[in-house]
Amino acid sequence: MTKEYKTITEISGPLIFIEKTEPVGYGELVHINLPDGTTKRGQVLDTSADIVAVQVFEGTGGLNEESGVVFSGETIKLPVSKDMLGRILSGSGEPLDGGPRIIPEDRVDVNGASMNPYSRMPPVDFIQTGISTIDGTNTLVRGQKLPIFSGSGLPHNEIALQIARQAKVPGSEEPFAVVFAAMGITNEEAQYFMEDFEKTGALERAVVFLNLADDPAVERLITPRMALTAAEYLAYEHDMHVLVILTDITNYCEALRQMGAAREEVPGRRGYPGYMYTDLASLYERAGVIKGRKGSVTQFSILTMPGDDITHPIPDLSGYITEGQIVVSRELHRKGIYPPINVLPSLSRLMNSGIGAGKTRDDHKAVSDQMYAGYAEGRDLRGLVAIVGKEALSERDQRILEFADLFEDRFVRQGRDEDRSIEDTLNVAWDILSELPEALLTRIDNKYIDKYHPAHKSN
Amino acid sequence: MKGEIYRVAGPVVTITGIKPKMYDVVHVGNEGLMGEVIRIKGDKATVQVYEDTSGIKPGEPVVNTGMSLSVELGPGLLESIYDGIQRPLKVLQEKMGDFIERGVTANGLDRDKVWEFKPVVSSGDSVKGGEVIGVVQETENIEHKIMVPPTVSGTIEEIKSGKFKVDETVCVLTDGTEISMMQKWPVRMPRPVIKKFIPRTPLITGQRILDGLFPVAKGGTAAIPGPFGSGKTVTQQQLAKWSDTDIVVYIGCGERGNEMADVLNEFPELQDPKTGRPLMERTVLIANTSNMPVAAREASVYTGITIAEYYRDMGYDVSLMADSTSRWAEAMREISSRLEEMPGEEGYPAYLSARLSEFYERAGAVKSLAGEEGSITVIGAVSPPGGDFSEPVTQNTLRIVKVFWALDAKLAQRRHFPSINWLTSYSLYTQGLSEWFTENVAPDWVSLRDNAMDLLQQESELQEIVQLVGSDALPEDQQLVLEICRMLREYFLQQNAFHPVDTYCPFDKQYKLLKAISKYSDMAQAALEAGIPMKDILSLESKDELAKVKFEEDFESALNVVLEKMDREFAALGGN
Ligand SMILES: Nc1ncnc2c1ncn2[C@@H]1O[C@H](COP(=O)(O)OP(=O)(O)OP(=O)(O)O)[C@@H](O)[C@H]1O
Ligand SMILES: [Mg+2]
Repeated sequence: MTKEYKTITEISGPLIFIEKTEPVGYGELVHINLPDGTTKRGQVLDTSADIVAVQVFEGTGGLNEESGVVFSGETIKLPVSKDMLGRILSGSGEPLDGGPRIIPEDRVDVNGASMNPYSRMPPVDFIQTGISTIDGTNTLVRGQKLPIFSGSGLPHNEIALQIARQAKVPGSEEPFAVVFAAMGITNEEAQYFMEDFEKTGALERAVVFLNLADDPAVERLITPRMALTAAEYLAYEHDMHVLVILTDITNYCEALRQMGAAREEVPGRRGYPGYMYTDLASLYERAGVIKGRKGSVTQFSILTMPGDDITHPIPDLSGYITEGQIVVSRELHRKGIYPPINVLPSLSRLMNSGIGAGKTRDDHKAVSDQMYAGYAEGRDLRGLVAIVGKEALSERDQRILEFADLFEDRFVRQGRDEDRSIEDTLNVAWDILSELPEALLTRIDNKYIDKYHPAHKSN
Repeated sequence: MKGEIYRVAGPVVTITGIKPKMYDVVHVGNEGLMGEVIRIKGDKATVQVYEDTSGIKPGEPVVNTGMSLSVELGPGLLESIYDGIQRPLKVLQEKMGDFIERGVTANGLDRDKVWEFKPVVSSGDSVKGGEVIGVVQETENIEHKIMVPPTVSGTIEEIKSGKFKVDETVCVLTDGTEISMMQKWPVRMPRPVIKKFIPRTPLITGQRILDGLFPVAKGGTAAIPGPFGSGKTVTQQQLAKWSDTDIVVYIGCGERGNEMADVLNEFPELQDPKTGRPLMERTVLIANTSNMPVAAREASVYTGITIAEYYRDMGYDVSLMADSTSRWAEAMREISSRLEEMPGEEGYPAYLSARLSEFYERAGAVKSLAGEEGSITVIGAVSPPGGDFSEPVTQNTLRIVKVFWALDAKLAQRRHFPSINWLTSYSLYTQGLSEWFTENVAPDWVSLRDNAMDLLQQESELQEIVQLVGSDALPEDQQLVLEICRMLREYFLQQNAFHPVDTYCPFDKQYKLLKAISKYSDMAQAALEAGIPMKDILSLESKDELAKVKFEEDFESALNVVLEKMDREFAALGGN
């Protein structure tokens, strides 16, 4: 399969069309030799008896009809090895750190096959992130996909790094490996991550894939697949618990839209391709735990919502696939609260299976529900107070209003290096709940009130 | 006949060299990937392929089976978990491990398992299509009726009795036709029935807001639209767990793998409230998750409803949950756009509305060819982009279904679950089922319920005023309305799916809870009229204690304690 075709008939955006004589497989990897001696890579999008359409990862700049096209005869594969840990690779898997090429233990198709739902183990292991708004009210478990929905200029990178530093399964010694994939973020942002990884020694147990803002957009479509392939390899072949951070999903989706337009597809909502849900699912669903295997893949990706709009197709479709979302709020950020996580639109769907007696604490669910109810009502009352004034509120409502402030100030707010244990988190919760009249704690069983309420707690 | 691949573009493959019929199942490529013919044009045909097509090349062979996409029907369906084209996921795992590779075929029904067949007809009897010729105890509580395929009839020459595999002959007709316990049926064609009835009995779900305010009838149709995270899946799973149905077909259509794993994990442990047997014994699961091929996702809904029809034909009440019909519609859209068809609204194919109605039309309470009365209740989740109900899938669905459970992100955010909006939801069965409720729940049930609905309506109007002037400015009787409504919302409508007791609420308990709130309301009203200050009426302990009775293991006595206290407290207030 080394035949080189010089039969490019059309170049259009990131696509080239080639006439050929031998059959070419759908999805095959393609090498393109430019007249100036450089090579680019691409993938077959459409193959018929006489013509093939190829999307070129590094962009079609510099290509002309003289360029040679070689079909590799196989789909895109990533060479994988345990030695990838500690390495920095490009968005398409080439070493960027000046180190040697990865000597592969295996070569794996980056698209990954879909996990048989029958083989999945429902995720149940509580991951303590040390952040109260996550552990207390939106608990993360091993094998979950829980993205951060943020906005430009908000401290999502800090939150992600804090989690990468602090995440642990209490009582378990197994360390997390981190697979970090940058997709279209700026060099400066990437530096910020790299420095933190180096400073904390996390780099040794990390694999980094970098596709930066000035790298070709098409490559972005492959980068997360490379990262997830590496993660699955480490998890299922080397029994590691892998935390995957993909940032920024929004840049990925923009690349997807750009490709769709280049292929002249019928666009869906706001110009994004109609298959964006399925495409995103092919990334997010690669999180999980498999029965009988030790490792796991947990995804904690970052997504910046264009215009802070959660109904924008990117966060919207993501939310329909992921097992919840952590929403970073501009309003809390402006108030100077770190981490500015708004728990109301945030959700962890797997929380219920990761908490409770024997996992976190028996009162966890009730406490969390009660805080949601109180905070939601308190925030509504803030709106009302702005109109009718605080005096028009009943005594009960005034207490709830105060609770909302306490919640933000004591429960949400914490230090950038403050690593709260789940006990700490629940204790802070009880401290502030005890400021409410007991009759208002309707979501908490009396037995927990007796056991944990500061006013009742024996011992 | 052999043909070859001409072109491959994702799940859509163009073939040439053979002349298939529309919807014929073909095997394409060296690995024999399964697909279905969806367009024929000149000497080429277009195939939607149910498996990943990476690496497949033009020129590879194509074989036509000449059959349209069908499911295998017979004993062994229950407790199974299938992909969208009825391949048992368990068998796929045994054959290829934890990740789904391609080119593997697997029978829908286990060919090796032996079942005890008991005939109910004798030789010399004449049988018509759909008639029952024998029974098999499929699970502890489900007697599987072996029916003559709908298209076959004749006189029985020989009927056997004893242990057989599904594909062994158990009956021979005089014309030589052999009948086994298994039959095949093309999924895109509804199974015939004698007639359809207007549904008159409610599906009892044990979910207060559903049974109480917006009931669905057995044989009816309901839609649950809602933005992400608002509770579609939890509601559907609650229905699958607790409704008083004989058989559940649960289709995970383009949704999460972990959710299916959850069901698989939980259902064998949970008990059917009616029979006490593990729920799995009455369940068929179809899991074609979002990362599995879209063409098979498109097919999954048909696979599910055909299995449902088969059990309906035996005279069972079947409920079918499809989570989510939007993902099915998107699969149609994706395939349609690969075919370069003229797009309709928001890129969906022009036939979207027709496909949706054809699907929901397969619900219904019927008299089957076997002469049995059975039903299929279809409950479809809808996932509108941005939670905006004006989009095509929601709108087309609402034109068809009779019950609308509108999920509300605002309620979900404040953890009011189930977050079904009581002002915008509706059931067109409410009237038709009133008679049943009056007879089987309580004579005053309908009036209690209507009254509660009325109050909740009033509340929303009062809330608008409160937003302007604060609640203290309202007259006392209106303040009382607000309080009663808060009780209705928190004590009655809110129901925690994850609480061991509250997750399922029998009708009798629903009635008593509503009655208790109404009792407080009446007594408070009277006390107010007798001049007792509002503040005192609101601060009764029994009122707050009523909040927690629904969680009590021994609900009856807990409720009585509270009600007696309520009597004492009102008496102590004096006035009446
Ligand atoms: N009846 C209920 N009781 C308690 N919690 C509930 C209930 N309904 C929903 N929830 C909570 O809401 C979360 C989201 O619900 P669910 O997964 O059903 O949403 P969904 O509408 O199916 O979302 P998606 O469209 O993304 O699949 C659940 O994980 C659970 O925490
Ligand atoms: Mg869901």
